[in-house]
Amino acid sequence: MIPEIGHFALLLCLPLALVMAIVPLIGVAAKNSVWMRFASRLAVMQWLLLFFSFLALSYSFYIDDFSVKLVTLHSNTALPWYFKLSAVWGNHEGSLLLWVLILASWTLAVAVASNSIPLAMKTRVLSVLAMISVGFLAFIIFTSNPFERSLLMTPSEGNDLNPLLQDIGLIIHPPMLYIGYVGFSVAFAFAIAALLEGRFDANWARWTRPWTNVAWAFLTVGIALGSWWAYYELGWGGWWFWDPVENASLMPWLAGAALVHSLSATEKRGVFKSWTILLALLAFSLSLLGTFLVRSGILVSVHAFASDPERGLFILAFLFLVIGGSLLLYALRAPVMKGGTAFALISRENFLLINNVLFSISLTVVLLGTLFPLISTALDLGSYSVGAPYFNAMFAPLGLLTVFIMGFAPFITWQKFKLFKHQSIQWALCFLMALLLSVLLIHTLSQQFSVNFNVFAFVVSSLCLWLILNTLQHFFFRLKQGGRFFHSFSQLSLSYYGMVIAHIGLAVMVLGIGITSIYESQKDVRMAVNDSVSINAYRYQLSGISSVTASNYDATRASVDVYHRAKGESSRLITTLYPEKRFYRASRNMMTEAGIDASLTRDLYVALGEQLEPGVWAVRVHVKPFVRCIWLGAVFIALGAILATFDKRYKRSNSVRSEPALASPPNH
Amino acid sequence: MHPIRKQRLFVVLFIVVGSSLAAFFIISALKQNLNLFYEPSRVANGEAPIDRQIRVGGMVAEGSLIRQTNSLAVNFIITDFAANVAVEYTGILPDMFAENAGTVVTGFLSESGTFFAEQVLAKHDENYMPPEVSAALDSAKQSATQLNN
Repeated sequence: MIPEIGHFALLLCLPLALVMAIVPLIGVAAKNSVWMRFASRLAVMQWLLLFFSFLALSYSFYIDDFSVKLVTLHSNTALPWYFKLSAVWGNHEGSLLLWVLILASWTLAVAVASNSIPLAMKTRVLSVLAMISVGFLAFIIFTSNPFERSLLMTPSEGNDLNPLLQDIGLIIHPPMLYIGYVGFSVAFAFAIAALLEGRFDANWARWTRPWTNVAWAFLTVGIALGSWWAYYELGWGGWWFWDPVENASLMPWLAGAALVHSLSATEKRGVFKSWTILLALLAFSLSLLGTFLVRSGILVSVHAFASDPERGLFILAFLFLVIGGSLLLYALRAPVMKGGTAFALISRENFLLINNVLFSISLTVVLLGTLFPLISTALDLGSYSVGAPYFNAMFAPLGLLTVFIMGFAPFITWQKFKLFKHQSIQWALCFLMALLLSVLLIHTLSQQFSVNFNVFAFVVSSLCLWLILNTLQHFFFRLKQGGRFFHSFSQLSLSYYGMVIAHIGLAVMVLGIGITSIYESQKDVRMAVNDSVSINAYRYQLSGISSVTASNYDATRASVDVYHRAKGESSRLITTLYPEKRFYRASRNMMTEAGIDASLTRDLYVALGEQLEPGVWAVRVHVKPFVRCIWLGAVFIALGAILATFDKRYKRSNSVRSEPALASPPNH
Repeated sequence: MHPIRKQRLFVVLFIVVGSSLAAFFIISALKQNLNLFYEPSRVANGEAPIDRQIRVGGMVAEGSLIRQTNSLAVNFIITDFAANVAVEYTGILPDMFAENAGTVVTGFLSESGTFFAEQVLAKHDENYMPPEVSAALDSAKQSATQLNN
């Protein structure tokens, strides 16, 4: 009964969303505020219905209701309760339900938190969000019903959740990623609303910015979690594979990074208006493209749950509708936009422009590398794949250039930047200090890991340290400007703190990527008990092999002792790692569970390959310096974006602006 | 020239030059890193190049998997049931790699016809077959039936 009620609630949402997409817009045209206000109520109802529907599906998973097909296919009585619940979105249908629930949640948030925005604008935004909701609800209802029952008989046991997905990282990775993906729909809706209304002022950018920041922050965390999960769960120690599915999430992130920055120029100086609108349309379109790539089954990966051409066609049609429709509207309305005030060649406006150019080029690189194989296959030109070296070769220079330019960014003033002599001296000193610290860092690293001094690593770390030091220099410069030292801490705006933290985060991330890529070492070896293998300063010794039995799998567990010998010291035991090879009984899948000793400066990593003969295993060992910095940097970036969202100016402007919105007279 | 126009000209020039440079680099890097897929039959026909990285996919032939006893080197044969390609690889094979299962290998073909794999991919669950492999098997099957007729 519960699944039927859940299904019914889901079905009800479609007409509800349709009404919400049309009626309030008519209200806007007719200046009828009663009809306009209707949108918020519908947003609340839609959210309640979808939340209930999602609860119903979760309940079916929780109680192992195998009469529901989805539960049979993706769950099992032996699963612990938290994996039963995360199995809800470990499949195509359930993850779509999560998707629409998150869309409804964003819609609800806009409805509740935007009382200060003029009613007509808010109504348009909500209606556009409802249109997107209609598309996804139709998709889920007509092609991917999660509540479908098995008609013939109820199986007594389920097929189990894919063991790869039985992991804490995978419980939170999809919701985070979806919150980010779907969050761009708000920026999209604001852009469409602005195009409909023909209003593109600084206020528009101020309303859109917090939403965009939050969405981008969640997307950052989601991507980082996915990378972290791949690192320890896929068993091979890689943290980014340039896999099309990863690229599908990276593209909206790059567009979002450009959007976050161009919005600031639009808000503060009224420039780049039409470009900002275009980016907002692009970011969400890329989210949809990502959904299409992942959900249509044309890509081969862990994420491709089901290949069903009908589903692919549906999303493709929806994609064309959204992109085509929004670009058409853009083409009709964008010429109305007027540029802001003029600015000099060296100005913050132009620095933000350079940021946007760099991110757009990166986006093109990923887009081309991801779509080319698909297009060539579709046109029968041969089945290509694009190798990771392509992406690496493009991203290394782009990333380093970005980091170098970002070092100057906070100092550059709006409109026109005047370079004073003391300023250039400070920069030069800062750069020298970065070089010095970088020599020290790379030298220490080479000592610690017994590797050679690498010039490229030196370049990478110099640039990253330059960015960190110069950003900090600007921060202290601002603190000193504020008068009394501790008083001025509270004087600086949250969005400034956000910028400082996010920029330092990027430096930390690039540093992590650079050092790991250059200094990581890996060996695949054949090992019996008491065999050992040395990597640089580390020695891994296989000390034992045992069997382990858990509720839903059997495993072979090895114990590997790791010894370290720094230059001129004697070898000492650091840790013992326990990598496992698991056999999941229900799905008859083999899984590799890596043994990792993590620390900020290096990860020691062991994974079991296959058993070659009794007691002899193929083993992969890694030493990965600074790999944690990659995810730490991502957390900083997300934190910075969130901090900027809580800037006082978004609240203050809201309370000031709330009066005209409330005062707009109802039209009877 | 009016300063604003002059400045706009700079910006436009910057964008045009920058993006054409970027396009040039992107396309040349892309060209160098495209790995074309070949079925075993096409490799046997001599269609596959030997000087660049390619991918070959098919089924791992039954009884063909041989491990060296003192290292991680393995030899196996990839077949589409019309032709075979001998593969040599050193390293750890993926969890789902097995005889009579689909695989796709990336690497270089040698003059002697042995394929030196740098990466071996296998299907990632029981029911899944890489689309390129199933297409390769289908086309081999079709040409076989045509021959029989």
